[in-house]
Amino acid sequence: MENLNSLMHGFGVAATGFHLMLMVVGVLLGILVGVLPGLGAPNGVSLLLPLTFSMDPVSAIILLTSMYWGALFGGSTTSILFNIPGEPSSVATTFDGYPMAKQGRATEALSLAFLSAGFGALAGVVLITILSTWVAKFALRFSSPEYFAVYFLAFASFVGLGGASPFKTIVSMMLGFAFATVGMDTISGSLRLTFGFSELLNGVSFLVAVIGLFGIGELILTMEEGLRFEGIRARISPRDVFATIASMPRYWVSLLRSSLIGCWMGITPGGPTAASFMSYGLAKRFARNKEGFGKGRPEGVVCPETADHAAGTSAILPMLALGVPGSATAAVMMGGLMIWGLNPGPMLFIDKPDFVWGLVASMYLGNVVAVVLVLATVPFFAAILRIPFAIIGPVIVVVCFIGAYTVSSATFDLWLALAFGLVGYVFKKLDYPIAPLVLAMVLGDKAEDAFRQSMIMSRGSLAIFWSNPLVTGLTALALTLLLWPVVGFAREWVRASRASALRPLSVRGAADEATGGLSR
Amino acid sequence: MKRITALALALAATVASAPLAQAAWQPSKPIEFVVTSGPGGGTDTFARVVQSIITKHKLVEQPIVVTNKGGGSGAEGYVYGKASAGDPHKVIFGTNNEYLLPLVAKLAFKPDDLTPVAAMAMDEFLIWVNGAAPYADAKSYLEAVKAKPEGFKMGGSQSKDTDETLTKLIEGATGAKFIYVPFKGGGEAAVQLAGAHVDSNTNNPNENIGQWKAGLVKPLCVFSPERLPAGAKVTADKGWSDIPTCKEQGVPIDQFQMPRTVWLTPKAPDDAVTYYADVLAKVKDTPEWKEYIERTSQTSRFLSGKDLKTFIASDEEKNRKVFEKEGWVVK
Repeated sequence: MENLNSLMHGFGVAATGFHLMLMVVGVLLGILVGVLPGLGAPNGVSLLLPLTFSMDPVSAIILLTSMYWGALFGGSTTSILFNIPGEPSSVATTFDGYPMAKQGRATEALSLAFLSAGFGALAGVVLITILSTWVAKFALRFSSPEYFAVYFLAFASFVGLGGASPFKTIVSMMLGFAFATVGMDTISGSLRLTFGFSELLNGVSFLVAVIGLFGIGELILTMEEGLRFEGIRARISPRDVFATIASMPRYWVSLLRSSLIGCWMGITPGGPTAASFMSYGLAKRFARNKEGFGKGRPEGVVCPETADHAAGTSAILPMLALGVPGSATAAVMMGGLMIWGLNPGPMLFIDKPDFVWGLVASMYLGNVVAVVLVLATVPFFAAILRIPFAIIGPVIVVVCFIGAYTVSSATFDLWLALAFGLVGYVFKKLDYPIAPLVLAMVLGDKAEDAFRQSMIMSRGSLAIFWSNPLVTGLTALALTLLLWPVVGFAREWVRASRASALRPLSVRGAADEATGGLSR
Repeated sequence: MKRITALALALAATVASAPLAQAAWQPSKPIEFVVTSGPGGGTDTFARVVQSIITKHKLVEQPIVVTNKGGGSGAEGYVYGKASAGDPHKVIFGTNNEYLLPLVAKLAFKPDDLTPVAAMAMDEFLIWVNGAAPYADAKSYLEAVKAKPEGFKMGGSQSKDTDETLTKLIEGATGAKFIYVPFKGGGEAAVQLAGAHVDSNTNNPNENIGQWKAGLVKPLCVFSPERLPAGAKVTADKGWSDIPTCKEQGVPIDQFQMPRTVWLTPKAPDDAVTYYADVLAKVKDTPEWKEYIERTSQTSRFLSGKDLKTFIASDEEKNRKVFEKEGWVVK
C-alpha cells in the first residue's frame, strides 16, 4: 500500500489554507465558465493559464484542476434548466434533466446531477490512487485497433435504442459523421468539405453545433407554442436538496455501473462525452421498464453525470503518466505542465512525487469543495425557472450566441449556430433524434482516424480487430451490444408470428415490449 | 473579462508610456500572440514561454494575450494573420509549416503573404526505437528495415508534415521502405512507440524524453551535423550528447531541423518588424529562455532580417524536392 502512504504525504502538500482558498476560487470560476455555454472548461483553463506562470507547480495545477471540476459541474446546470449543454459532456444530461425541470422538479434534478457527479469523480480519484501504476501500463497496450474498438463499443451501446425509427436514426447519425469529416484530415493531410471557407479549416465546432441544435432549436419550438408570461411554478426549498441526498442510495446500481463505464472511458481514452452517452445508453438498455426515459426519469440524470465525472477525473491519469491527454481540458493542462518545467511521462510519479500526489490529494478535496459549493447554488439556479419565459427567452438567445462566438472568436460560428438551430427545429418537428448526430460528431473523426490507422498498420486486413485478446474482447462485446436488439427482435418476431398468426397487427408492439424484457 | 482587464491595462500603459512613444514604432494596444497549434503542442509551449519571459522582464509595455488557432495543421492561424493585414499588434508563432503547408494543401494564404520576423530555435529530430528492441545502433536497425521492405512501421505526427518528410528522406538515402502511420501529434506517436505498436518514430527530443527516462524508448541517432550539447544525464548512464549523429551511423542526411518561427501580418511596417526582432533578441538572452532550450533539447539559433530570408528560401527548396518526388505538391 505504498500508494496510500504517498497519498497521505500528498494530503500534507495539498491541505494548506492557501491551497483550499485556490480550490474555492477555482471551483467558483469553473462553475461560471461551465454555466456559460461555449466558454467551457478548455477555454476557461487556457485563460487562467498565464496567471499560474509565477506560481509553484502544485498550486498552479490545483487552481487549474479545481476550475475544471467547477466547469464540469456548472455544465450540467444549463442542460437541466434550459436544455442547453454548457459542456459537450453534459449533452446526455439534457435527455431527462430538462423534462424534470419542466415538471417543476429542477431542485431534485440539479441535486441529483451534482451528487452523482461528485460520486463519479470520487470513484475516478480512488481508481487513480489505487491503480495508478497498473493503469499506466495497461493504457500502453492500446493502439489504433483498440481505440477503434472502444469507439465502436460506445456507438454500439447507444444505437438500437430510442423510439425513433431506425431509418431516422441512421440519417441523423450519417449527418453527424459528415459534419465530423469537415476540416483537415490527419491521415491524408488534405482538406475535406471546406468548400474554400477558411473558417471551416478547423472543422465544425461541436460546441457550436450543440448550442444551435439544443439551445436555439428548443427556443424556436417554445416560441411556436406561444409566449408564456409565467414561469414554471416550482417549490424551491433547501429541504429538497437534503431529501435528494437521502434518496441517493436508491440508485446504487446505476452509480456503480456508471462509475465503471466512466473510469474505463477516461483511461482508454474515449473521453467524458462518450462515457456519458454510453452510460445513458446502457442504463436504458438494462432498465426493467424503459417507459420513463426521456421523460424525466432520475436515472437518466444520475447515469450520464456519474460517468461524465468519473471519466473526466480518471482522464488526468493518462495525461500525467503517458503525456496523452484524455480530454481537451487535459490537453491545456498538459501545456501548463511543460511551461512549469515538468515533463509528463511514466517517470513523473517517481521524479516529482510531491506534485503528483499533491494533485491527487487535491482532487479528493477539490471535488468535495465543489459538491458543497454547487449544492449551495441549487436553490438559486432553480429559482431562475420562475422567471417568465418572455424575459428569460431573449436572455438565453443572447447567452447562446455569446457562447457560440467565444468558442473560437469567429463571426462565422454565429451563422453556423443559427443554421444548426434551424436543423434542430426541423429535426424535432419531423421527429428525428438529435442524439445520434451529436454522438457521431463527437466520436466520428476519432473513430475514423483509428480505423484508417489500423488499416495502414494491417495493410488493409480487417483481421487486425481480432489480432490479440484485448481487441478481440472489445470487438466481440461491441458486436454483441449492437446485435442484441436485432437478435431479440428476430426471436420474438418468430415466436409471435408462430403463436398469434391471428393478430398480425399487434406483432410489432409485442416484439418491442419483448425486446425490453429480454435485454434486462 | 480578460479582454476588459487587458483594455484597462492598455489604457493605463498608454498613459504611462506616452512621452516615450515618439521615436520608433511602439505597440499602442494589447498584443495578440496567435499560436498555429492547439494547446499543449510544441508551438504553443514556444509562444507561451516567450509570453511569460516578456511579461516577467517587462520587455513590452502592452499586455499580451495568447490565442490558439491550430486548425488545419496551423493554416487557421496563418489565414487569420493574413486577414488582419497591416495590423502590427498580431504576432504569429509557427514552424516551417508557414511556407511548407501551402505546398501540400490548397489554402487561403501563400508563403510570402506574412512578414517573417525571426527564427528563435531549431528543434532536432532523432530516430527512436522501442526500449526493448534488439537494435543497438541506427545502422543495424536500418539494415533490418532494408531486409524486410514494408515490414516496419514508422509512427509520426500528421501526414505530409516534417515526420513523414524525414521518413521519405531516410528511405531515399538508405533504400529502406517503411509503413508510415500518421497520428494526431508527437505525444501520441511517442506512446505508440513505448507500447511497441510501431517500430520507430522520428520525434523531437521533447516529445520522447518522458518515455526515454522510463526506458520505454531509446534514441539511435540525431539528424544534426554535430552531437547535441552535453547536459544532465537523462537515464542512468546516457545523456543527449551520448547519442551519435545519423551521419556517424552512415545515414547520409547531414541535417534535418524544424525552425521555431515568428511572423507578422502582411504589410506590417518595417519598424514594427525591427521592434519585435529586438524584443525577441532580448528574450533569447534571458536565463529562462536558455532553460527552455536546454529542457526541450532544442538548438538555440537566432535568425532575423536577411539571414532569416536566406534560411527560409533554402529550407523551402530542400523540402520542396521531397514533396515533388512524392507527388504531394498541389497545383
